[in-house]
Amino acid sequence: MIAAVGHFTLAAALAVSLIQMVVPLWGLRSRNVSSLSVALPAAYASFALIVCAFALLTVAFLNNDFSISYVAHQSNSALPLIYKISAVWGGHEGSLLLWMLMLTGWGVAVASRSRKLPLEISATVLSVIAAITVGFLLFVLLTSNPFERLFPALQEGRDLNPLLQDPGLAIHPPMLYMGYVGFTVPFAFAIAALLHGRLDTAWLRWTRPWATWAWSYLTLGIMLGSWWAYNELGWGGWWFWDPVENASFMPWLVGTALIHSLAATEKRRVLASWTILLAIAAFALSLLGTFLVRSGVLVSVHAFATDPARGVYILGFFSVVVGGSLALYTWRAAKMSLQAPIRLNSREGLLLVNNVLLVVAAFSVLLGTLYPLLVDALGLPKPSVGPPWFNATFVPLMLPMLALVGFSWRVNWWKADWGQAVRANRIAMLIALVGGLALPIVTPNVRGLGIFVAMILAVWCVVTALAEILGWLRKGRLPPASVLGMSVAHLGLGVCAIGIGMVSQADSELDLAMRPGDVAEFGGYQWEFEGTEHLEGPNYSAEHGVIVVRGDQGQELTVLEPEKRRYRSQPGNPMTESAINIGLFRDLYVSLGEPLGDQAWSVRLYVKPFIRWIWMGAILMALGGAIAATDRRYRMRKTQDEGVALAGAQA
Amino acid sequence: MRLIGFLMLLLPLLAQADWSAQDERRWRALNDELRCLVCQNQSIAESAAPLAEDLRAQTRQMIESGQSDKQIRQYMTARYGDFVLYRPPFKPTTWLLWVGPLLMLIFGAGLVWRMRRGVAQGAGRSAEQTHAEVERLLKDIDND
Amino acid sequence: MKRLVLAFPLLVLVVLIVALGRGLSLDPREVDSPLIGKPAPAFTLPLLSGDRLVNQDLFLGQVSLLNVWASWCVACRAEHGILNALSKQPDMHIYGLNYKDETIDAKRWLAERGNPYEATLRDYDGQVGIDWGVYGVPETFVVDKHGVIRAKRIGPLTWDYVNQELLPLLEQLKGEA
Repeated sequence: MIAAVGHFTLAAALAVSLIQMVVPLWGLRSRNVSSLSVALPAAYASFALIVCAFALLTVAFLNNDFSISYVAHQSNSALPLIYKISAVWGGHEGSLLLWMLMLTGWGVAVASRSRKLPLEISATVLSVIAAITVGFLLFVLLTSNPFERLFPALQEGRDLNPLLQDPGLAIHPPMLYMGYVGFTVPFAFAIAALLHGRLDTAWLRWTRPWATWAWSYLTLGIMLGSWWAYNELGWGGWWFWDPVENASFMPWLVGTALIHSLAATEKRRVLASWTILLAIAAFALSLLGTFLVRSGVLVSVHAFATDPARGVYILGFFSVVVGGSLALYTWRAAKMSLQAPIRLNSREGLLLVNNVLLVVAAFSVLLGTLYPLLVDALGLPKPSVGPPWFNATFVPLMLPMLALVGFSWRVNWWKADWGQAVRANRIAMLIALVGGLALPIVTPNVRGLGIFVAMILAVWCVVTALAEILGWLRKGRLPPASVLGMSVAHLGLGVCAIGIGMVSQADSELDLAMRPGDVAEFGGYQWEFEGTEHLEGPNYSAEHGVIVVRGDQGQELTVLEPEKRRYRSQPGNPMTESAINIGLFRDLYVSLGEPLGDQAWSVRLYVKPFIRWIWMGAILMALGGAIAATDRRYRMRKTQDEGVALAGAQA
Repeated sequence: MRLIGFLMLLLPLLAQADWSAQDERRWRALNDELRCLVCQNQSIAESAAPLAEDLRAQTRQMIESGQSDKQIRQYMTARYGDFVLYRPPFKPTTWLLWVGPLLMLIFGAGLVWRMRRGVAQGAGRSAEQTHAEVERLLKDIDND
Repeated sequence: MKRLVLAFPLLVLVVLIVALGRGLSLDPREVDSPLIGKPAPAFTLPLLSGDRLVNQDLFLGQVSLLNVWASWCVACRAEHGILNALSKQPDMHIYGLNYKDETIDAKRWLAERGNPYEATLRDYDGQVGIDWGVYGVPETFVVDKHGVIRAKRIGPLTWDYVNQELLPLLEQLKGEA
């Protein structure tokens, strides 16, 4: 019953989305206002239908309806409630339904604010969003239907992959998809700009908050993925340059370039067509990410169960959407560009450099991710491209960015006065130098000299951002939202950079065999292994270990309890649950390896300095974006005079 | 099999006398760079697979017997191909990979340089001139 | 010129799509062996039957298959029937490399499922496996008359693979000098 109704709602959503896509566009051609007005109710209707479908699938999970194939493969009666709900998006078909929920949700968000837009713009934007929705709905209905029946129904589900039975599953995909999918909105605005042949200040004011919101969500989504991997995977890693991670990082890099480019275009009316290209690119990279994760083209820890047939569809969809957009761009942008010269020695010049660095970084990540495939496609023996290459390429691009960030607000539009900028930042520079040198010095076990440079730059970022906020407060006012948001985000960047630098260059690891009663001296702590005991969980059995950590004076600091779990659904594949003692300046991390007989275990001990700063910094970045997006300038006012046309002829 | 594993783990403790902190760093760095081929994209340092364990023991033994990092990498690629190295070697099939980002950077810098002069206006008209003119035009309309 | 610059992203896209399309038909986990065309790595191993030691000269003078297997390997069971059938063909020399296995388990496994091997080499610690670039069981190597590795099959044998690729290759190698 649920399956049939669910299937029907998806088909109905497809019909509504088709209407939402086609009718407004026809309305544009024929200048028919009522056709244009169809877009709004259609957007609400398609969202309502997808919500229904999503709710029905969730109910199926809660009811243990194993007559539905997806539920049978992803769930189990013994699965704890929170994971039963999260399991709805734990697999390919369900995650697509989540994608569409977000997509139609963003559509409703645009629709609800559309009264402040001219009708033809909002209709075009909603029409483009509908086109993307149609593409995904077709994909779901043709190849990945979550409501597919299973005959005969299974008595018991196969259980959710134990790796996914973690609170991270509850929030990481939703946040990530909010970001990925959110870039559809600036994309839709970009297409609208190209189709209408105009790009003006009003367009920028409409587009900018959407891009910023999407970027904030994506930042959170990536941060949650990293945090989750650290907690879940058992060897203390937090970023692997894995293809699926890169798939989310590339839109983020381009998205960052986009929000900065929008700032330059809005203020100084430059880079208009470049901004449009970035909006298209950010969305294209989101779609590319979808392809990479679901097609089986690349090897990854994260990939969904792969199916080349699905890959063919997504590749086709990707080609049509991105190819069409870029063709439109190539055709239209030339006519639209009023390319004012840019003085490099100005804030817009710095933003341009920012964009170049970010786009080259995104391109590099793309190159590294796809290179083995490219070589293999040519029939040559394929290389592996891993963290050593990515770090060697990415870090040199980002360090100059950190340096430039600190100057951003001190450098004027039109013409920079570097003398004044340096003078204003004198104290900040001094603090950066001292702080940046001090950090690696006071932290034990630091490797290499590059860390000093990195820390000076990172602290520079932090200090200048704080100085900016303090400057306003000292004048007795709160900074405007856009300035506050920018400062908080840059602060977050610096904090994140400190975390990344320190944990990469100052972490310690010890891999050893321990028997009950053994004490290891490591990292300035004493780690006593007390042995393991067997215990039974809801859907697993585990060996529960206890390690007591003491400081160098013998005082007990914490008790860590790592586990080795055997989930009943996957008896041959034990899962490692690491135990972590969280600290502001360091994490203590333990995981159990293999039982060695006679109560001995191989154990991995880690000390991870400043690792929390990575995620705290990311949260600050996302927060900064959210603050900036609420700036009063963006409360969309329907202006009679739409501001100066930056580019292109009328209509 | 477990007994072997246990003994293999104890061996390092027995060989402690010859194993310095620098050896340990080298060993860890090499393990981070070698792919675990039976895994879904993990290094042999990260993986718990038996093959990863064997290869970690192999690299350890090679360091102890005085082999250089280069020799150890050659040993691995002779058996498993370049695919086993996470740091791709610099050879004709990977030139584009190593040089690509730099080329893009130069290309980007070139585009930026061209923008100084403005594309629509062509060379000769500087930013100052355009600035003055546009400011004049915008003074009334700009209500930012 | 400007058009060219604007068209650049489109160009990149086309290259990307072609490469990705091609990638859909490739297996990303399949790795070409660097040993193909090279002499079989040297080894000295005892036989499962325990009576003597053999080395790589074992392969000289005939076209051989070396099948890497273990009693704990589930996928090996799938291909064992094919190996049994193949072993009955004339002039077919199949050797087994028992990889990281207990002798008693290996012997029992063969007793239960049939023994297609002329001889089974015992690689208890897996060192020879590493030398041959073995990373997953089962794997099968084709070695020519001069002891040179000519092909490697990763994963279980299938009749499709045997009929379309393996048997023609064996014929071709037998015809060589």
